[in-house]
Amino acid sequence: MRIELVKRPQHSALFSALSPFIALGLTLIAGAIMFSLLGKNPLEALYYYFVDPLTGLWDENNRWQLHELAVKAAPLILIAVGLSVCFLSNNWNIGAEGQFTIGAIVGSILPVMYPDLQSWIVLPLMLLMGMIGGAAYASVPAYLKARFNTNEILTSLMLVYVAQLFLDWLVRGPWRNPGGMNFPETRNFHEYAILPEVWSSSGRAHWGFVFALVAAVAAWFMLSRTLRGFEVKVLGQSPRAGRFAGFSASKMVFFAFIVSGALAGLAGISEVSGAIGQLRPTISPGYGFAAIIVAFLGRLNPLGIVAAGLILALSYLGGEAAQISIGVSDKVVRAFQGMILFFVLACDTLIHYRVRFVGAPAAKAAEVSQNV
Amino acid sequence: MKKTILSLAAAAAVLSLGTMGAQAATKACYIYVGPIGDFGWSYQHHQGALEMQKNLGEENVELAYLESVPEGADAERAIERFARSGCNIIFTTSFGYMDPTNKVAGKFPDVKFEHATGYKREHPNVATYNSRFYEGRYVQGIIAAKMSKAGVAGYIASFPIPEVVMGINAFVLGAQSVNPDFKVKVVWANTWFDPGKEADAAKALIDQGVDIITQHTDSTAPMQVATERGIKAFGQASDMIKFGPETQLTSIVDDWGPYYIERVKAVIDGTWKQHDVWGGMKEGHVVMAPYTNMPDDVKKLAEETEAKIKSGEFNPFTGPINRQDGSEWLKDGEVAEDGVLLGMNFYVQGVDDQLPK
Repeated sequence: MRIELVKRPQHSALFSALSPFIALGLTLIAGAIMFSLLGKNPLEALYYYFVDPLTGLWDENNRWQLHELAVKAAPLILIAVGLSVCFLSNNWNIGAEGQFTIGAIVGSILPVMYPDLQSWIVLPLMLLMGMIGGAAYASVPAYLKARFNTNEILTSLMLVYVAQLFLDWLVRGPWRNPGGMNFPETRNFHEYAILPEVWSSSGRAHWGFVFALVAAVAAWFMLSRTLRGFEVKVLGQSPRAGRFAGFSASKMVFFAFIVSGALAGLAGISEVSGAIGQLRPTISPGYGFAAIIVAFLGRLNPLGIVAAGLILALSYLGGEAAQISIGVSDKVVRAFQGMILFFVLACDTLIHYRVRFVGAPAAKAAEVSQNV
Repeated sequence: MKKTILSLAAAAAVLSLGTMGAQAATKACYIYVGPIGDFGWSYQHHQGALEMQKNLGEENVELAYLESVPEGADAERAIERFARSGCNIIFTTSFGYMDPTNKVAGKFPDVKFEHATGYKREHPNVATYNSRFYEGRYVQGIIAAKMSKAGVAGYIASFPIPEVVMGINAFVLGAQSVNPDFKVKVVWANTWFDPGKEADAAKALIDQGVDIITQHTDSTAPMQVATERGIKAFGQASDMIKFGPETQLTSIVDDWGPYYIERVKAVIDGTWKQHDVWGGMKEGHVVMAPYTNMPDDVKKLAEETEAKIKSGEFNPFTGPINRQDGSEWLKDGEVAEDGVLLGMNFYVQGVDDQLPK
């Protein structure tokens, strides 16, 4: 028997809206089954997963968890917003992790190489240089695609490893902290190079989260209210129609890559200056790749991406809370995260497509007719 | 509606649990960089934690841990979560947790923090601890030189930090004490735990003609590759004999149990103090797995060397030792200072590799 997906002529608006909630419900059920099979109280597990990190909304003692949520979601949202512009215009930038890394490196030039330059101007310059670095790095696959028609999935992905190894080399070699016993990390940033906390009395969320929200609103406005946004979507859905409208596909390649590279770079320097405070051999647990998931979970809509970024961040935090409180291993946590993503994507798919079973019944019918 | 009922029920469950377990038990918490099932670094820390709990009694010590915590912004959150969840002592078991540990320690002066392999103690409630693994590496070097026909050993290294460079140097010095022409080839895997990469590194080294494999990464993959190719190898961090019953010569076993017992007991007794400990064979922190798959004379030599290091009669880093470029590092009879070892970023003579700069 074969299973086919057949596109529905039109999909239900009601179910499109309900889809995330159905997915959440299914995740809760499947999760509850998994936790009970492991001998854990499923209600308790789900409480730690989804409610405990949010208790800060009403409980002041837990407010720090909301800050942590913002710290974790900020890079995901920033990167995913940029990626949505890329993906909508049919440019497959898989290398946001690399642009994040290069943004962090270029943005760190001032505090690492010129630590004596201490003034308020340092931080704005760092952020600007971070964005330029990310954008410049993203324009490499853009150029290769526009000029030589290279597959940008491969080039952007491979440049991730180049960026990571470059960072690795820097922190072990020329940028190594002179007072750091030869360990691979740069000097700690001075106070003028630290991205301030937004609400420092109750936690460490930094301005990166504000940048993420601003970027999401700006991208939403650009995509839905401007000619440029229309151009992005037309060229993404039908390059031929775009050409007739006088839009340049190769300019769009650069535009999309530079926007998403700049945002990834901003995410990189914000993470380093806001959350870490120095460059280290690894500065990201894979934000650039997780952001691809966030972009699609948010259905490539910048405002949806804000919600998706928060949900994915919540699942990391909740996973930690569950590990500590009920003693499940991190494998269980990741399996559960996988369930969320699976159900969301499956629900979305089934709204746009219906399942058809083919093969077996037809073959059986043939068999029957022969026998007769 | 459904959600509110759910959360209410869950909250009730949590409350009842919370009051039940809130007796005077001391809570010891551990943060691991890898999975506890890596059979290497994190596994051994966890074994030490379990041994500690067993020794001090489950009614006295409550244990909590987080595994595979990335070094970076996530570490600070994980440590803070522990500090807020009522931990009395928190062990952060990887070098990359150094700054986050100190940062959180400043905010929670009543919680004790113990950071493995670091050097920063910015607050009175932060202690650091590490082991002299290089003592075991020296013994391995001696065995390697005795057992190798090719006169070349392969070394799968993780990151070019002093800890690892120190290990390579000790291994080479041990080997050269038997065979002055002995060579070591090094492959940098740039990871602590990645069975695929580690296996590839082992294969590449064997293809280059080495007939002994040793590793400073945490998985059992190199041991398994060595078994397939029929050569000998050394385990790392734990006794890996069951992954290479015919292959493993010995293994450096990190035994953190005694240290964890001592420190958690100090918290219970109220005698905990900040310190910096670098224990070796003498303190029981570094233990050699049984010497297997080797002739009796090699075994005897290894055991003698181990005994000499244990008694303090011999230090692997005793001159004359030259740097890789031939210049003199230690004069005859001179013993390396701990400070130099902890910042070691150069090879001794005989390493067939350029240190990544």
